[in-house]
Amino acid sequence: MKPWEALRLAGEALRANRLRSLLTMVGVIIGVAAVVVLVAIGGGAKTEVENEVEGLGSNIVFIVPGKFQFGTTPSLSPLRLSDVQLAARIAGSAQDVTAVVDSGENVTAGQNSYFATVQGVTENFDVVFNRPLSEGAYLTSADVATSARVAVLGANVAATLFPDEDPVGRTTAIDGVSFRVVGVAQAQGSAFGVTQDDNVDIPVTEAQLLFGVSTVQSIEVKAQNPGQIGALSDQLVSSLESEYTGVQFSAVTQSQILGTIGKILSLLTLVLAAIAGISLLVGGVGVSNIMLVGVRERTREIGLRKALGARQRDVVLQFLVEAVALTAVGGVIGIGLGVGTSVSVGAFSPLPTSIAWWSPALAFGVSVFVGVVFGVMPARRAGKLDPVTALRTD
Amino acid sequence: MSGETEPPRYAIEAVDVARSYAMDGMTVEALRGVTLGIAEGEYVAVTGPSGSGKSTLMHLLGALDRPSSGRMLIGGQDTAKLDDAGLARVRGAEIGFVFQAFQLLARTNARDNVALPLVYRGVGRTERRRRAVAALEAVGLGHRLTHRPTQLSGGEQQRVAIARALVGEPRLVLADEPTGNLDSANGHEVLGVLERLNRERGVAVVLVTHDAEVAARAARLIRMRDGVVVSDTPTTQTTGPTE
Repeated sequence: MKPWEALRLAGEALRANRLRSLLTMVGVIIGVAAVVVLVAIGGGAKTEVENEVEGLGSNIVFIVPGKFQFGTTPSLSPLRLSDVQLAARIAGSAQDVTAVVDSGENVTAGQNSYFATVQGVTENFDVVFNRPLSEGAYLTSADVATSARVAVLGANVAATLFPDEDPVGRTTAIDGVSFRVVGVAQAQGSAFGVTQDDNVDIPVTEAQLLFGVSTVQSIEVKAQNPGQIGALSDQLVSSLESEYTGVQFSAVTQSQILGTIGKILSLLTLVLAAIAGISLLVGGVGVSNIMLVGVRERTREIGLRKALGARQRDVVLQFLVEAVALTAVGGVIGIGLGVGTSVSVGAFSPLPTSIAWWSPALAFGVSVFVGVVFGVMPARRAGKLDPVTALRTD
Repeated sequence: MSGETEPPRYAIEAVDVARSYAMDGMTVEALRGVTLGIAEGEYVAVTGPSGSGKSTLMHLLGALDRPSSGRMLIGGQDTAKLDDAGLARVRGAEIGFVFQAFQLLARTNARDNVALPLVYRGVGRTERRRRAVAALEAVGLGHRLTHRPTQLSGGEQQRVAIARALVGEPRLVLADEPTGNLDSANGHEVLGVLERLNRERGVAVVLVTHDAEVAARAARLIRMRDGVVVSDTPTTQTTGPTE
């Protein structure tokens, strides 16, 4: 028998028992749809995080005290503002170095208030991190030198504190201390509830006074090109470690952050997909079961086909193709359902989704594979039927 | 085939064929050494009481089963030496079956039921249908091509089955109680079709039956009892074809 004859027979058999075929497919449909949706959600999370980290600025090396690892609390920083000059000398450019000390503070203007991330930074922060302003001007070196009480508001902060007026030139209070607004940053958007739009930038010198510290949490250096990042990181770390004997420093780059987050999210996606895969397995058992019922019901037909010249392999092929057709059609429906659900989730819920090209392909491949694995046993049973006995069955 | 070829005198030949089954630890001897030949174009009836071995003989003649001992030659091939795929090939090429219960596929129309054996010979769909239509016309059902079995009378269903048996142009048609499920009018009609095709096409027919009247219409009558042939004689009627 030609393979396409088996395909046609399978189509006829599935159509003859439409409801049963559909119900048998449900397990596979749900399994495939779940795999596609969960992979899309995992992929969406990964893309979003990657964009977010990219958004921090390119080619930036973050110098932090301690060994950098996810899951450890940041060490108390010994870094001082004078280390910015040290880093600038190593980097060969003062323009490309900044430092940050931050704290969550209540910021108010009149009746309005906002819990913002107030970060003390040097005047180069906007250049290093590429933060364009929507209005006003950024902090100046004079502001930093004189600990001026001036602030640049993130887009959300500005919108909340000054809903109806231009914030530039107005006064805002941070922790009860008055600051004059000199600029407003452009909106950056948010990911996972973390956003630069909640920030208020003030001169680092004033921030140290306000927070009662003499250190900064980190120093950020922008490399001229990606090729420099390695050497620059090593130089910065070794210089700082020789200055602060006994203290470890880490140079964290975006690719490291991306790599770590990417690994975590990939693993998470894999685990989710594997859990969803269990329902595919259950669906496969259902297919096997229904195929066994079908073989029993059609024992006489099998006997007849054999009497008319069908070989064992013709009968095996017929039933195997029927099982695979069940799971493959279920797979296609499941992919449709999964893609539709992923798109809807992406559009109507806060969860971002991103459908990788390979996930429907993989899901389809797996459903065909499930059909083969769970179809083989019933098909072989059908193929082995003795025509004499089979024809006698009622 | 091998070197021992002499042109077969018979379409089918059984030489000292025996068949035993193991049943509940006991050996049941269904056939105990049967020797007979069916010539090309012959019309033979096989009768005998239940348990006489005539069904077992049918299965062996139809290559549905292999003998336990002896030689079973179908178109010159010894089925005792064939594997399952070889047996299937012999069935597809040499034998046409007509069953008591018709054995038509219920969801399939008359034409495609008739075309079914050709699927396993690798004949394309268009050609299959062409041949099926010709076979249905030969049994007088050219106007029932797209009817399903449930839309046909018993006699018509059995004629569809006869068309299916003939579509592959076999050497031998094996009919197992072909009138058993039919009233006498339909039974006569079906036998008439079988006899006509035997006469016109020269296809050998072996008909297994309980019915003495049906058996008497054949040119040769084989009586079986207890797994052996007890008589093998030409019948008195003269219309049947002879060698």
